[in-house]
Amino acid sequence: MNLRATLALLGALALALFVVGEARRHAAATPARRRFFRHRPAAWGLFVLSFFVTLAIAAPWVAPYGPSVTLEIVTLKNQPPSLLHPLGTDLYSRDVWSRLVYGSRVSLSIGALAMLVAVTVGAVVGAVAGYVRRWVDTALMRLVDVGLAVPRIFLMLMAIALWQRLPLALFVLLIGLTGWFGTSRLVRAEVLTLRERDFVAAARGLGAGPARIILRHVLPNVAAPIIVSAALGIGNVMLLEAGLSFLGIGVPPPLPSWGNMIADGAAQLATAPWTTLFPGLAIALVVMALNAVGDALRDALDPRREAEWDTDGATL
Amino acid sequence: MATWLVRRVAASLAIVFAVVTFTFLLLHLAPGEPFLPSGDTPIDPAVVARLRHQFGLDQSLPLQYAKYLGALAHGQLGESFALHRPVADALGDAIPNTLVLVGTALVLELLLGLAFGVYQAARARRLPDVALGYATLFLNSVPTFWLGLLLLLVFGEALRWFPVGGVVDPVVHASLPWAGRTADRLWHLALPALTLGCVGAAGTARYERAAMLEVINQDYVRTARAKGLPERRVVLVHALRNALLPLVTLFGLSFPFLLTGAVLVEWVFAWPGMGKLTAEAIFRRDYPVVLAAATSASTMVVLGSLLADVLYAIADPRIRVHGE
Amino acid sequence: MTELLLRVRDLRTYFVTEQGRGTARAVDGVSFDLHAGETLGIVGESGCGKTVTSLSLLRLIPEPPGHILPGSFIELEGRNLLTLAPKALRAIRGNEMAMIFQEPMTSLNPVFTVGDQIAEAAIVHQGLSRRAARARAIEMLKLVGLPDPETRVDHYPHQLSGGMRQRVMIAMALVCGPKVLIADEPTTALDVTIQAQILELLNRLQDELGMAVILITHDLGIVAGTVDRVLVMYAGQVVESAPTPELFARPLHPYTEGLLASVPRLDTPHPRRRLHSIPGQVPAATAWPAGCRFHPRCPYAWDRCTVEEPPLLDAGKGEPASHVVRCWLLAEPARRTRQP
Repeated sequence: MNLRATLALLGALALALFVVGEARRHAAATPARRRFFRHRPAAWGLFVLSFFVTLAIAAPWVAPYGPSVTLEIVTLKNQPPSLLHPLGTDLYSRDVWSRLVYGSRVSLSIGALAMLVAVTVGAVVGAVAGYVRRWVDTALMRLVDVGLAVPRIFLMLMAIALWQRLPLALFVLLIGLTGWFGTSRLVRAEVLTLRERDFVAAARGLGAGPARIILRHVLPNVAAPIIVSAALGIGNVMLLEAGLSFLGIGVPPPLPSWGNMIADGAAQLATAPWTTLFPGLAIALVVMALNAVGDALRDALDPRREAEWDTDGATL
Repeated sequence: MATWLVRRVAASLAIVFAVVTFTFLLLHLAPGEPFLPSGDTPIDPAVVARLRHQFGLDQSLPLQYAKYLGALAHGQLGESFALHRPVADALGDAIPNTLVLVGTALVLELLLGLAFGVYQAARARRLPDVALGYATLFLNSVPTFWLGLLLLLVFGEALRWFPVGGVVDPVVHASLPWAGRTADRLWHLALPALTLGCVGAAGTARYERAAMLEVINQDYVRTARAKGLPERRVVLVHALRNALLPLVTLFGLSFPFLLTGAVLVEWVFAWPGMGKLTAEAIFRRDYPVVLAAATSASTMVVLGSLLADVLYAIADPRIRVHGE
Repeated sequence: MTELLLRVRDLRTYFVTEQGRGTARAVDGVSFDLHAGETLGIVGESGCGKTVTSLSLLRLIPEPPGHILPGSFIELEGRNLLTLAPKALRAIRGNEMAMIFQEPMTSLNPVFTVGDQIAEAAIVHQGLSRRAARARAIEMLKLVGLPDPETRVDHYPHQLSGGMRQRVMIAMALVCGPKVLIADEPTTALDVTIQAQILELLNRLQDELGMAVILITHDLGIVAGTVDRVLVMYAGQVVESAPTPELFARPLHPYTEGLLASVPRLDTPHPRRRLHSIPGQVPAATAWPAGCRFHPRCPYAWDRCTVEEPPLLDAGKGEPASHVVRCWLLAEPARRTRQP
């Protein structure tokens, strides 16, 4: 590791700490934020996420080498972690730390983009089904039943079988398009209760069309469950991406994703375990952080949760 | 109750039928072509045409669909393009292996998850709960196949306590007595089932802990204490019986996750089940196998959720009586 | 006087609140006696510590966040319940001292039949066989006046109405023939007609079985016809205690006055007079007011009340300590004239 990379890494850590510190400092401001930080793992999760997002953005500064730079194919192959190569090198004498840093770009953006697709489709389908009801609702929900019945990985495997080598954009789109079923059910249930509420009736009375009512009045009010399911969903997408890349049908090499780094390393598991260990640990850390933040968000965005913890004697 | 069950079964069948149709259409309308050269080996177009004719791919789509459904009704799933054997045979070999793996993992998931969840709830917010809380959060977040690789590395490669793959020992299995063969199977099953079971158990434990904590504050638990029941009976009978209800729902939902995990775990441990068969079939563009495997997996998911609904109706008297 | 059953002295139950916002002194020095066959009413608004008092008697306070302070004393026939081993305590719960709760909807376990839930205590405490316990459960359902007990015994709680569930709760509490029955707002969640039936049932059962009853309620109207002696609670303390007729005839604490004035009475000469309500509300248990805890809401309060906490003063005419009041008006009766 050279000086620039070390300083950049320390900078990334400091920035992540600063983000968490700032968030905590303003934590008492609203009840929602208080509820968020009541989850002890939440602050920790926020730190991990800020750290990895910083790594992804600042990859060229944090990574000492390029992601596919082969250093010295004979002498620097499968080297264990050292001061120079903190996470070791892989079979092709590439620096694992550098690949991990660049891999965070690929893995995190696949997770975020695919989830964006899934949440958008799920929210729209759920809102339409719940708002329009009748046969539209029936048809869409039967579709969701079928979609939920096929395990997602089999859907992906079938889709991938059709294209010999899936372009990355299509791969992301497909992950998104196979992941909206649960969200749509959630949104539909919320919309069904919301559409009977007064402010929706008022908007309808003022002559607003269905599209406007859904976009302006209904969706903002179901934002909370959508945000929570998105946070948890990004983790699922990252795990799916890793699994598919591990099977060799995900992100095409030499582009580093944490999934195909594990796949690369798996063959040298016994001789160079670090090439498998660290990318897996990175996935685990980020997914763990997303789960922790998702759980905390669920509490933070649900005002009904406040009462449970206020165990004043007077309320007994 | 009876009408509810009939309607529920009919809905399940409809879903399976829809899945069959959907997968058929997806694979036949898609741009891919099974007999096009997949590498740099050129193939004579005449050969391709002959193969297409042999497998009926040159017929019209509705006709292929009708034939497929007709064959399906007779339990035939067609001929594998690549394995030179009926798909039903290949799946028939693979499915029991997957069921053994998934079944064992499911038992581990439920038992371990239940035990840890109840234990954590009983020690809520104290050290054992906090420690287990972080442990389960971690296990619930690791990629299943990565955990499999780690277990393989530690217990297979380094310690050599367990075999590194396969269902049985290829050399000595046939010569062992019955008990030895069973032990050999269990010995091979241990690591993959533990991998799959641990990840599931972590999720179940988190879920069950929350369910127990919600139930333990209910008025009827206080009533049970006021009756003078031993704390063990209060927690394990009055509270747990109610906290088991959400677990039944979770059981129904866990099949897709288990099957997804199984695909990857089978790959890691060279376990000849459906997942490995499907993954291999994809590289060979072996449509009938992919189609049949996806359909079988969906059928398992649908059956699992049907079973969970029935179990729930049995476990919850409020549903048992009212039917819906 | 009959035999003394339960002696409570200086009971203090505190709760530690989340995020260290302080200690809620939900019950703060409550003392009373309960004699065999007696009915004691504990009355006060919600938030006064009635329910916490009743839960403390059976040590059903969740710990943490709650705890009963050392120095408190709950003695049932000579045994201090606060120092009893868990096993010995369980032998008392549901057996010698039983409790029925406010919410019959949620206090019964939804996944067990009512018969099983009634029989359970008999099996645990009296070692009855399952068959004998079931017969006892049917007998108890008959006792509490549930129609068709042989069928009802196999029903689940959700199949019963609220009134029937409360009868089941009573059957459950009485199955071991307890010496003390604690009834915490047993009729609050029920319709008015059902309320009367349940109270009547409790009265009848008390006469038949000869147990002592602690009836906790916010409704002085309920107390009037059923209770021998009333304990008025405010802000975690007993503020007045007297035999029922005496209390109704001569309420001395301004809080009791306020409570009585807010009960609709058919025998008052001014039927169109608006019902009285006590201004303000019970303060939070984390911050009881200094001095007399009632002074911010008291129409008579003067400077002494804001600084000096009154002790329980004896106002009894006959027996000593038969009527006690926690109010400085007793020391300076002249101040009572300045009624607002």
